[in-house]
Amino acid sequence: MVECSLNGLLNSAHLHWPGWSELLRVLSLRDFNTRVVMLGTTLLGMAGGLIGTFLLLRKQSLVGDVISHATLPGIGIAFLVMEVASPGTGKWLPGLLLGASVSSLLGVACFRAVVRFSRVKDDAALAIVLSVFFGLGIALFTVIQSVPSGNAAGLHQFIFGKAAALLPEDVALIAGVSTVVVSVTALLFKELLVLSFDSGFAAAAGYPTQVLDAVLMLLVVAVTVIGLQSVGLLLVVAMLIIPAAAARFWVQRAPAMAVVAALIGGIGAWGGVVVSALFPRMAAGAIIVLVTATMFGVSMLFGRRNGVVQRWREHFWLRARTEREHLLRAFFELVEARDPNAVRWAGLEPMADETAVSVGELVSKRRWTRRKVMRLIRRAIREGLVQATSGGRFRLTRRGLAEARRVVRNHRLWELYLIRHADLAPALVDRSADAIEHVLSPEIVDELAAELQEQYPYLAVPPSPHATGPAAGDG
Amino acid sequence: MGKADRQVTGAAREDADTGAFEYALSVHDMTVAYHRRPVLWDIDFDAPAGKLIAIVGPNGAGKTTLIKAVLELVPRISGEVRIFGRPYREQRHRVAYVPQRNSVDWDFPVTALDVVVMGLYRRIGWCRPVRRQHRLRGLAALEQVGMADYADRQINRLSGGQQQRVFLARALVQDADLYLMDEPFAGVDAATERAIVQVLRALRHRGKTVVVVHHDLQTVQEYFDEVILLNMRVVAAGPTEEVFTPENLRRTYGGHLSLLERVGQRMTLRDGR
Repeated sequence: MVECSLNGLLNSAHLHWPGWSELLRVLSLRDFNTRVVMLGTTLLGMAGGLIGTFLLLRKQSLVGDVISHATLPGIGIAFLVMEVASPGTGKWLPGLLLGASVSSLLGVACFRAVVRFSRVKDDAALAIVLSVFFGLGIALFTVIQSVPSGNAAGLHQFIFGKAAALLPEDVALIAGVSTVVVSVTALLFKELLVLSFDSGFAAAAGYPTQVLDAVLMLLVVAVTVIGLQSVGLLLVVAMLIIPAAAARFWVQRAPAMAVVAALIGGIGAWGGVVVSALFPRMAAGAIIVLVTATMFGVSMLFGRRNGVVQRWREHFWLRARTEREHLLRAFFELVEARDPNAVRWAGLEPMADETAVSVGELVSKRRWTRRKVMRLIRRAIREGLVQATSGGRFRLTRRGLAEARRVVRNHRLWELYLIRHADLAPALVDRSADAIEHVLSPEIVDELAAELQEQYPYLAVPPSPHATGPAAGDG
Repeated sequence: MGKADRQVTGAAREDADTGAFEYALSVHDMTVAYHRRPVLWDIDFDAPAGKLIAIVGPNGAGKTTLIKAVLELVPRISGEVRIFGRPYREQRHRVAYVPQRNSVDWDFPVTALDVVVMGLYRRIGWCRPVRRQHRLRGLAALEQVGMADYADRQINRLSGGQQQRVFLARALVQDADLYLMDEPFAGVDAATERAIVQVLRALRHRGKTVVVVHHDLQTVQEYFDEVILLNMRVVAAGPTEEVFTPENLRRTYGGHLSLLERVGQRMTLRDGR
């Protein structure tokens, strides 16, 4: 049943699937209209990503929301003023956008005033100002519609946007404002950077931080206002914040972040227009946001800097390494318990049967299950660290022994260091050493060795400072 | 701009030689309040040039506020501040400020060197890019604090002590005459503490003045020439051996509710806050 209705929906006239020829037509920019829309929204996306980077770094993302919602009453008032001054000119675009800018700046000023002069915190102040301004705008719109002469049709597009119906003159405006925004941001880059990182330092150094902050807000207002037409005020904040947030998963320095954010914003807007040109009945603004959000999702999952997949991989890699090192240490200590001289000295290669260890011994040594020991051994055999000998027993290979010596040496150096400098009783040390030894870098090991190994100058591996009996630790 | 800087500095040094401006920082009758609640009352002291000076006092004594008020980061209700004999606004280029480490977000996407070069932004000038020569100066400052190996490291991957040293290096590239540091020793490791003390002594050797908000009473006598004992007002100020006495410390730290504090609370209560 569900399948049937879904098929019906997909095949209905509402959702007409485009063919190759249509796709080609859109991508080759053969339509003048597509070209215009694509240019305008791509520029908007780039400017939004760029200035959004600073909004994000200043932790003022939500101010973007206030700015966009607070444009609405300005549009209404500008329409009324122009209609009264000379009937019929109410929808003159530059006038409407000027009204939008003024009221959004007023919104930011109100927000700042509420935070400064009352005990209301940021988040509550944002919610209050945003909803009051938006409500005021909606109320004005109802008034406008009830005035007989007022032809308010089309004003609502500022709420949801109409990217697909952008006109060449709209795009000229978008292009002009975007160019100004990009230039000002580039020129003031280092000033905006120091303001965002450490405003106290910037002020002490003599920067007019309030002016810089006002400039940043003006730039955000400019992008918001030109974005009203294409994506609408409800969604324009997405074009500011999402590209910048996505860029953070790929690069580590602010200039690169700004460039990547501009690229993601531009590509997202372009992609959104392509998709919405293929499905003309879908709201272009919403599609742009969805395409950009998809890029954010991909960045979050696969980004090189703290992406989810990368973090998982690091986690599993560290766990596998920890387990391998525990296995090698168990091997080493079992053999060492029989004859310390068999393994401790570098260069001395023990006989095969001297170092053979049974699974049972390993199980009792580390409180592991038999299954886990077998799994670890199989992996170690694949890595060439362990090999099977006669009678179902296993021994370290030459490489395995060398690796085991390194692991045990790190472990014991760290234990000795803890005993000497952290005043721990020897019996308590094994566990804390267990956790840290796996992340010791070679430099730290050298440092520890220099400090501690004068005590055991000839041994490759110092003796354990505590008993290494069965189940000495399970970390 | 560089030339003008040097001329101003030179002139002030000459005046200092003749004894006209022997004080690096003079504060007179300064009162500061947050939301009408006074935090600092009638602050009055003169800090001599070329010394290491500690500001010491209990939590909430207004140590940070004092520095911020000098730098005009918080408004003063009354009082006057002079840097080498002139108002702060004229002497800004001669002052370097090291804020508290936890006052910024260390997850910010910049490297250690990027932060240090921020100390040169004013000198580079508006709308001009950072050039190689500026990076080299930043590197030299990182070298001074023992952090040259970490220049290209993201600041979120530095330890607390390393972050503090980056802040110090940012102040060093400013090449100021008066350094104001807010708790540079707070929560740092022993290596960092040694490195910072070395830098402070090198600054003093070059005739600079350093005012440090300090919390560790045990090291005051070892590190500092002068002490300002502060608890909403200046309890005592002067050479360490004269001022840093048990009696003065008791007056600074003892008696939890001083009269001033009680008056302050009364005033805010009447405000209905």
